[in-house]
Amino acid sequence: MSTDADSLAPAIRVTQLGEDALLFLFTSPEAQSVALPIQQKLWQMSYWLESQRVSLGLLEIVPGMGNLLIRASRKTLLNTLRDLVLTHWPKLSGSDVQGRLLEIPVSYGGAHGPDLEAAAAHCGISKERFIALHSATVYRVYCLGFQPGFAYLGGLDPALEMPRLDSPRVHVPAGSVAIAGSQTAVYPTDSPGGWHIIGHTETRLFDPHAEQPSLFRPGDSVRFVILEEAK
Amino acid sequence: MIEVLRCGAMTSVQDLGRFGMRHLGVGQSGVLDPIATQQANLLLGNDANAAVLELTVGPLQLAFHQDCTVVLTGVDFSTSISTGKAAAAQQAAIPGQAMELKAGMQITLQRPTIPGTRAYLAVSGGIDVPVVLGSRSTDMASGFGGFHGRALQTGDVLPIGRFFTPPRNAPYGIRPLAPSHVLRATPGPDYDAFTADAHQRFWMQPWGISHQSSRMGLRLNGQALTLNKPLSLLSAGVLPGNVQVPPNGLPIVLSNDAQTIGGYPRIASVIQADLWQLAHLPPLTSVYFQPVTHAVAAQARERQLRYLERLREALLGAERIN
Repeated sequence: MSTDADSLAPAIRVTQLGEDALLFLFTSPEAQSVALPIQQKLWQMSYWLESQRVSLGLLEIVPGMGNLLIRASRKTLLNTLRDLVLTHWPKLSGSDVQGRLLEIPVSYGGAHGPDLEAAAAHCGISKERFIALHSATVYRVYCLGFQPGFAYLGGLDPALEMPRLDSPRVHVPAGSVAIAGSQTAVYPTDSPGGWHIIGHTETRLFDPHAEQPSLFRPGDSVRFVILEEAK
Repeated sequence: MIEVLRCGAMTSVQDLGRFGMRHLGVGQSGVLDPIATQQANLLLGNDANAAVLELTVGPLQLAFHQDCTVVLTGVDFSTSISTGKAAAAQQAAIPGQAMELKAGMQITLQRPTIPGTRAYLAVSGGIDVPVVLGSRSTDMASGFGGFHGRALQTGDVLPIGRFFTPPRNAPYGIRPLAPSHVLRATPGPDYDAFTADAHQRFWMQPWGISHQSSRMGLRLNGQALTLNKPLSLLSAGVLPGNVQVPPNGLPIVLSNDAQTIGGYPRIASVIQADLWQLAHLPPLTSVYFQPVTHAVAAQARERQLRYLERLREALLGAERIN
């Protein structure tokens, strides 16, 4: 994710999403990426709001990419909520949120990653180089969405960027490690998907019955560890 | 216990929904029509949030292994009740009325009188499936909650919760609300990114309802909506009711099973008080959007909540029955 001077001190835009929700845009919505320091303040803000969820009457607190959605319960006044967030934002340090470092063992290529070969060819590098670059980065969990436990990871090496598949697969198995655009991710559950599948992990990302249902939480760091390289 | 003797596709256990989990990517799920659901639960003396069965296509045949009171709301599903014995007389079930069933009796819901609309079957005590992440609703895409995280199948046996006496005025029954095919909406965050023509079309055009509509969203057909210039947005949280416009220009009203984060321009949001209508808008019919302010939207929501509160009081036996 690139850092540019302007996006570090952006004009915050607040819009309403229906009668009971506010969407705070801390970076230009048309930017192609989010500076990490902004996202760090955003994590701090959402954890701060989370700690007061009940007293403030908040139904949902959803960090996105450079933005934050807050849905209020019936009795909470949106104007009060807007002022609270805007007043608190400058007080946030932007220093790192204490995320954990999670290591995800991945079997790359072969039957586990049917698109690895084509993806490496598209990037003009060898499979081995592709795997080395993908597993060298420490990614950050920017936000969760799409599916339960699905993490939007920031930090993909620009050499590995590529467009989505022309036609999405009907079935992508749970545990698939995939790439699309400037992002990489792991599919927590079986689903359709248009990303390039380069590997597979046995790590369970989402368990609805666990006390912490999602393995990934916003602010966590993630590293993919090479478990096996298909020849 | 209730045994499922016969079951068409897409009948699921739902309550009013799963809230406070969207930051983990967990959607709302829950009944599409919370008004019909609460009407039924109040009539039975249940908690308003008790789990019910949501039906989209029939048939559904259930056998009751214990005495139970049931209520049907939503669209009429040509329902009959029988003693379960062959050649026994069948009796038509009346929507909006509490019906007492004895152990051994069966209920059969055939099909909706208007295809593509939904019915709700509530039982006294509620469908007693485990609470997962704060709700009994089925998250069908992710496969958890409800009855084993899936739609019902023939042979399933559903547990029923402990129940209490129905309210005194339950025998009066309740009248279902009639969908108006008008969805009131407020302008969304990206409203100004659309052309003046698109604004005109969005509010004036009858939008055809696509066959591809589902619990994820209401997909609409009509003259496409255009942007002033191409827009590539960073992913942001979305909510049921938000109207997204993908690159083909045809709007989608997000519904209960929609994903939690999206990247398409948001032209509008359907107001909370009108979302129940998404349960009853059949394909091949049309729907209109009507612009309202956030203040009007909030008032409509308050009125709806007051209606449910008054209904509860009226059923309990205050004299304000009309």
